[in-house]
Amino acid sequence: MAEKGETRGLLFGLIPGLKSLAERGSAGWMIIIGTLIVFTILLITALGPFISPHDPTIPNVNPPPNPSPPSANFPLGTNLLGQDMLSRILCGGSIMIQVAFLSVVFCFLIGVPIGLLSSYVGGSLDKTFTLVMDSFYAFPGLVLAIAIAAMMGRGVINLALSIGVVYVPSYYRIVRSQVLTIKELPYTEAARASGARGRTILLRYILPNVVPSIVVVATVNFADAILTAAGLTFIGLGVGIDVPDWGWDLSKGRELLPSGAWWVITFPGIMIVLLALGFTLIGEGLSELLNPRLER
Amino acid sequence: MGLLEVDSLRVDYRTRRGSIRAVDDVSFKLEKGELLGLVGESGSGKSTLGLSIIRLVPPPGVIEQGSIRIDGDDIIDFSAEKMQSIRGSQISFIFQDPMTSLSPVKKISEHFIEFIRTHEPKTTKAEALKRANTTLRDVGILPERIADYPHQFSGGMRQRIMIALAITLNPEIVIADEPTTALDVIVQAKILDLLTELRDRYGMAWILITHDLSVVLERCDKILVMYAGGIVEYADSKELFRNPRHPYTQRLLQGIPNIEFSDQKLKAIPGSPPNLLNPPNGCSFSPRCSEGEPRCKSEKPQLLEVIPNHFVRCFKEM
Repeated sequence: MAEKGETRGLLFGLIPGLKSLAERGSAGWMIIIGTLIVFTILLITALGPFISPHDPTIPNVNPPPNPSPPSANFPLGTNLLGQDMLSRILCGGSIMIQVAFLSVVFCFLIGVPIGLLSSYVGGSLDKTFTLVMDSFYAFPGLVLAIAIAAMMGRGVINLALSIGVVYVPSYYRIVRSQVLTIKELPYTEAARASGARGRTILLRYILPNVVPSIVVVATVNFADAILTAAGLTFIGLGVGIDVPDWGWDLSKGRELLPSGAWWVITFPGIMIVLLALGFTLIGEGLSELLNPRLER
Repeated sequence: MGLLEVDSLRVDYRTRRGSIRAVDDVSFKLEKGELLGLVGESGSGKSTLGLSIIRLVPPPGVIEQGSIRIDGDDIIDFSAEKMQSIRGSQISFIFQDPMTSLSPVKKISEHFIEFIRTHEPKTTKAEALKRANTTLRDVGILPERIADYPHQFSGGMRQRIMIALAITLNPEIVIADEPTTALDVIVQAKILDLLTELRDRYGMAWILITHDLSVVLERCDKILVMYAGGIVEYADSKELFRNPRHPYTQRLLQGIPNIEFSDQKLKAIPGSPPNLLNPPNGCSFSPRCSEGEPRCKSEKPQLLEVIPNHFVRCFKEM
């Protein structure tokens, strides 16, 4: 349906869009800043392999001693193996971002349909699902993720699944509570009175009204998923030692901290915090904008 | 044979504390193109009666007995699929609250496309939009506003859109449950004029459910007054206005302000409707009735045709 004019309008509309977002007060600014941070990091990570000055995996024999502090050749220093930290920062985000993204997708695909179905059908099906989801919810998230990751082994998909399992209940709960409200609203009843079938009502009338809340949960969860992914790689449940990764660097850098090599741990730490902060800002900003009860 | 024939319909809400008879032995006929006003106070069962005609009585409500015939077919025997195909195409329903009757994330055009395709899946978007434009013009909404979202319309306009949706597929019957209650008086009058106008143009029959007798008195052909789930009086509206026979109807008419007697005090009916979990013996209006006889408290009067087409349920008329 998108016509040429519409696309052009969208592009030119971006700047006034930003302006009107900024006029929405702190929530608007949160979204703008969060988006800027996230996009910058995504861009860095995407271009990392092409712009990094050294190969992040090859130990640089000279100049010893390692780890060496920031210098002209190694702006962010090197780690114990003599690998260039700048190159590792530029390349080290991709696993984490992939894992976080996949886990959110996984949550979406599992949590949303189950939440929709369970609350729409109701009865014992709803009770069963709620019980199962609540029992998952009862576990401390990181512990559950560690247990599942340890069971399933390394790999992006396995990591994503183990993180996803932790967050599926949040999606389920949000969707369920929304559907319980929406299915009693007059427009759902009106749809039924107009001859729509149950499936149509669920997918065409209820789901579109649930989506805004899911988007908010997803962005907030993204930040959580990144921290959990960092945690998993930190304790060695990541992808592998020959792949640059901020979480892995963080854990190695910790060992070097007593010897005064602050640069090995600081820069990956900042990257993880920034990425999580970016997503949190977007999520909080969105939830403030979309939540009419917080509107002034 | 009438277009819609409801015969000894009984609808119960089966609650934990017992059965509540929301619709008690109701029979009436609706002719093609007729405007029927269904009047009653809150809890009189008028909405339940309306919903049972499209078989959407909310649980724990159950149609216990009786028949609802449309063109001679009893819809109580219809399968769920058959019912779905009838709703919206043969019988439409308009709800009370226009502010929330449209999905907030859908444009008006999407509502029309969705609705038309529910019943005629092969319709193209362009065709659906063309039909939507026609009906929108019929209800007085500019067709170019079809690309707008519900929140961009006022309450009265939204109710017009609901009416447009309801008549899009040329139904034979449209049931409107308090369509104007959420609107102010001026808009209310305009919407009611619109319903009459659409009836004259397309010849569909309307059932107008309302708690306000004055709203339907001058516009409807027939009026059915309900009290505590049962019909108390059923007659042509002119006849009902001139010769109300049931004390309840008489008191309702006394409650309508009359501009000719400006200092006349309006009379309220003392008391409140009975608890349907524990209905009174005899006539359900007897506790509030000023003209009661002893047997009103013990015996239930039957609905009788006192003169042709004028039905009353009261011992006075027997």
